[in-house]
Amino acid sequence: MKNSVFTIVENKKLASAVYEMRLAGDTEGITPGQFVNISVPGFFLRRPISVCDCENGALTLVYKTVGHGTEAMAALKPGEAVDLLTGLGNGYDLSFAGGAPLLVGGGVGVPPLYYLAKTLVQRGVKPAVILGFNTKDEIFYEGEFKALGCAVTVTTVDGSYGVKGFVTDAFPAHYSYVYACGPKPMLRAVYNKPGDGQYSFEERMGCGFGACMGCSCKTKTGYKRVCKEGPVFYKEEIVWED
Amino acid sequence: MGRLSVDLCGVPLDNPVIPASGTFGFGYEFADIYDINLLGTFSFKGTTREPRFGNPTPRIAECTAGMINAVGLQNPGVEKVLSEELPKLKKVFHKPVMANVSGFSAEDYAYTVEKLDAEAQIGWFEINVSCPNVHGGGMSFGTSPAAAAEVTAAVRKVTKKPVLVKLSPNVTDIVSIAKACENAGADGISLINTLLGMRIDLKTKRPVIRNVMGGFSGPAIFPVALRMVYQTAKAVSIPVVGMGGVSTAEDVLEMMLAGAAAVEVGAANLTDPFACKKIIEDLPAAMDRYGIENLKDIIGGVKTWEKT
Repeated sequence: MKNSVFTIVENKKLASAVYEMRLAGDTEGITPGQFVNISVPGFFLRRPISVCDCENGALTLVYKTVGHGTEAMAALKPGEAVDLLTGLGNGYDLSFAGGAPLLVGGGVGVPPLYYLAKTLVQRGVKPAVILGFNTKDEIFYEGEFKALGCAVTVTTVDGSYGVKGFVTDAFPAHYSYVYACGPKPMLRAVYNKPGDGQYSFEERMGCGFGACMGCSCKTKTGYKRVCKEGPVFYKEEIVWED
Repeated sequence: MGRLSVDLCGVPLDNPVIPASGTFGFGYEFADIYDINLLGTFSFKGTTREPRFGNPTPRIAECTAGMINAVGLQNPGVEKVLSEELPKLKKVFHKPVMANVSGFSAEDYAYTVEKLDAEAQIGWFEINVSCPNVHGGGMSFGTSPAAAAEVTAAVRKVTKKPVLVKLSPNVTDIVSIAKACENAGADGISLINTLLGMRIDLKTKRPVIRNVMGGFSGPAIFPVALRMVYQTAKAVSIPVVGMGGVSTAEDVLEMMLAGAAAVEVGAANLTDPFACKKIIEDLPAAMDRYGIENLKDIIGGVKTWEKT
């Protein structure tokens, strides 16, 4: 974990209720699948946001406005300084990827997969990517993944774009490993598909760095903190509750 | 002895700043980012007889100038605290540490304290009486003078180390409970624990917290905490540790003027992991600003308004 001040370079709307914030600051050591915890002026708790991209001091966050805090985030202007905790969470373990990894993202679960895809491509592996959205207006980053050279399939629940249905309706016949991030029902559907994988979870957090135990979950290998031992969990350790 | 040094139940502290239980784990998350030996001490994660997962999630909700938590005392249980957590803690923290203990019966508390008592590094016990009493219909021990005294007496029997009783603010008369603990053998009182609170998600129409209610903490509760520390410190002759919404060096000074011998910092650690370090570093300048030479001289020093 590092605490540093970043400067907003750009903060623009990408799709329905989805924004992209580009920042400049200390990005050293941030790995794919990790998140930052951003202090939004006027709000007590920080907002945990997954890292969408990161390279040489340039950090990209793609986030959805879901309440007053993220709405205030969307109103922040270029040039403004924001206080970030970075390097949070375990991130994805890329050593399991194999030759043909499948990246599956749903909604605002898509962003962390971009940094993962980019890193895999840099290592000579081109992942297949499935991006799931409810409807056409919510789609973002299809072009960005294609620009990395990934084979991209977009699904929409209402069929307004790409394959009609859920991400699981677009699964290829063969893949070496799954990296998934998205809402719990999506993760659970992906979990029921064959093959090993790593799944990134979301939970309401207090601190984001392991101190408050606010975001704990049960796993087959004991109680874990989503913010610290997660947010990425191996398929074999996941326990589904509810 | 520096300007910041104080004494807590006969154990000297380099400064009065103590991260509160449940906001600092067993210290190592923070030891990764700063030398936690600059703290007065810290109160480690509330420990119970058996391991606990705590309450179902979501168990965190944001509020104006604060937050609600319903973590529910997640901890690995006293055996693992002794075998796994304290050996790790020892590597990063070299001062006496405060052991925070919870239980669901007087026997529970005594069992856990007795187990921990052999650990030389433990300088104080802080007994959290805000937990429900399973033999008392689920009412919190801290809401009745008799139940709080029962727990205090049970713990008193099994340790010679200083025992602080951490009180709940969710009561009509904090003074009677503090006095009951003092009479039952407590060496000190710490307060306040969190205020019972609630939020509703307008989109789902459900409580934000899965457990419906939780403990409200953060800067918003500071005036309530200060008031209760003031009332308690005036009424008892044992040291009082003040906490509740403390976020700045100035808050520490106010708490000490109100009667706190030392000050715990809770929610602030969660939004700024460096909060306690900054408070300690800011204290000398804040003291200079208000003409305070030594911290220990201001404890309980709040002045009265002259009669008109």
